[in-house]
Amino acid sequence: MTATASAGLAGGTHVSPAEPRPGPDSLVPHHAPPAQRPSRGRPYATGLVTLWLSVVVLLPLAALAVTSTEDGWGGFWSALTAPSALAALRVTVLVSAVVALLNAVMGTLIAWVLVRDDFPGKGLVNVLIDLPFALPTIVASIVLLSLYGPDSPIHVHFNATRYGLVVALAFVTLPFVVRSVQPVLIEADKEVEEAAASLGAGGVTIFRRVILPTLAPAMISGTGLAFARAIGEFGSVVLIGGNIPRHTQVASQYIQQQIEIDQPVNAAVISVALLVIAFATLFLLRIASSRSLRRETAS
Amino acid sequence: MSRATRLTATATALAGAMAMTACAGGGSSDTSTTSSSSGAQATDAAKVSGTISLYGYSVAKTAYDKVIPGFTSGGAGQGVQFQQSYGASGDQSRKVAAGAPADVVSFSVEPDITRLVKAGLVSADWNASATKGIPFGSVVTIVVRKGNPKGIHDWDDLLKPGINVVTPNPFSSGSAKWNLLAPYAVKSDGGTNPAAGLAYLSSLITGHVHVQPGSGREATETFLQGTGDVLLSYEDEAIAAVRAGDPVEYVTPPQTFKIENPVAVVTKAKNPTAAKAFVDYLFTPTAQKLFAEAGFRPVDPTVAAAYAKDFPAPQKLWTIADLGGWASVDKDLFTKDTGKVAVIYDKATK
Repeated sequence: MTATASAGLAGGTHVSPAEPRPGPDSLVPHHAPPAQRPSRGRPYATGLVTLWLSVVVLLPLAALAVTSTEDGWGGFWSALTAPSALAALRVTVLVSAVVALLNAVMGTLIAWVLVRDDFPGKGLVNVLIDLPFALPTIVASIVLLSLYGPDSPIHVHFNATRYGLVVALAFVTLPFVVRSVQPVLIEADKEVEEAAASLGAGGVTIFRRVILPTLAPAMISGTGLAFARAIGEFGSVVLIGGNIPRHTQVASQYIQQQIEIDQPVNAAVISVALLVIAFATLFLLRIASSRSLRRETAS
Repeated sequence: MSRATRLTATATALAGAMAMTACAGGGSSDTSTTSSSSGAQATDAAKVSGTISLYGYSVAKTAYDKVIPGFTSGGAGQGVQFQQSYGASGDQSRKVAAGAPADVVSFSVEPDITRLVKAGLVSADWNASATKGIPFGSVVTIVVRKGNPKGIHDWDDLLKPGINVVTPNPFSSGSAKWNLLAPYAVKSDGGTNPAAGLAYLSSLITGHVHVQPGSGREATETFLQGTGDVLLSYEDEAIAAVRAGDPVEYVTPPQTFKIENPVAVVTKAKNPTAAKAFVDYLFTPTAQKLFAEAGFRPVDPTVAAAYAKDFPAPQKLWTIADLGGWASVDKDLFTKDTGKVAVIYDKATK
């Protein structure tokens, strides 16, 4: 036990520069060594990753959970079920769900056009898709406010309405579905579609039976990520949303308000609720995408 | 069992957190001692220099945008750098109480300074001088859309059916407290009939206030972006909006409330000499004129007389002293969970 540990230790510290060379050689012919290597080979790396995750993710989350129950479970429950808190969560989930579905359709369509069609300026559009990722979200809010706000040049007033929230969130979550569907679509075998067509399948049937099953895992994960991002979004809705309690106030704005009025426990409780929703979303996503992946490989 | 696991979890998290704060504490105290000693050297070398960190309430920015250049370009504060932070008065006060490095605080309401006195960050005699620590003020006004389409002229007009009133959240904003105290003082006849005052506030808050902006500035933004028929605000904020060409106008009701905005030096200031010099400067005629030009009512009688036409005197101007002073008003009306206005507000916005 100690021998292997010290060997691993030595491998981790001194021999590691030379290690990549024998690594690939042994990797290619038999698959036995790599199965063992990840578990024992790098105790430092595993330790470092654990420490890093603890400090960066787990400890803050634990502290948040502790803060949220500072007033006991009764306090937690009453903070969670305060009508304005529930309303904020409801608005958040509702608008995020609408945006996620919108993204599922439009994102897939955009990815399709970008992969299958050729048109002038395609490269530019491709770059444009990533802009919402790179752009500070508050900039999105200002942009939308100047277009749909009280001084709207096109006389469309989305300011302080749920439409405003949808537009803002659709803007910032645009890349998720596009970027997860696009690579799958590039990899997808076009001949299968052609074969289906030559066997007499119509466009709708081909889409439903051939294309959709291939894209589904990517669409689901992209949509889920968009949803998870949308429920926590703050910057893009802060100016266009109006922050009207029970109408357009989203959970992140409610949290900020509770901090400003010195109710940190309420803020922590709603944060925990958001966290749970986000975690559940990602968890369901894993299950859904692995299941549809399995179904696809089985068929 | 579940309680036990939760306890362990709490203990683990606590231990971790304590370890982290211990490290952080050591680190930050090290840096603060070095920087304060270097600050002391700097103040020794030149009479007034270095950086002043100013924590102000949101709307005060308009005033300091004029007054700070007046201080730094004149003889007294030449070369002084300013680090300014503005936000909801209560929020700013809590930040300073929690250790934000402020030299000078300029809040909307006295209780936000009292919090720092209790925390040992502002000397107890900060308002003992003749000026009472109040370098400028204003009055509560009613801001309406241009042309006053809803015909709002007095406090009763706010309770007309369908009128949507924008006023910030009194738990974070000082402006909100002034805004609510104004009709309270009017309706309760200076506090002699509290029930009438509270009845007015109850119907106002329950039936007409639908948004809760964090600060006076945020309330103005909300109003300018199209929410509401009426904005309750400082007269100076209304003047600033009109001057900026925003499509609004303001009505000062016949009876309203005198706003007094306090300023104090923080005892743990890194640059106490400059901080003191700056606060003293605020009371000079030069600075008082700059306040008046920014739309704030000056306290210097001579300057106030010179700018009298900009600041018409209402028929009756109630003051916080009429209601018994901030200590009792804040405790009676605004204490979290028990104050009479706090309860009304909580019930309406829960």
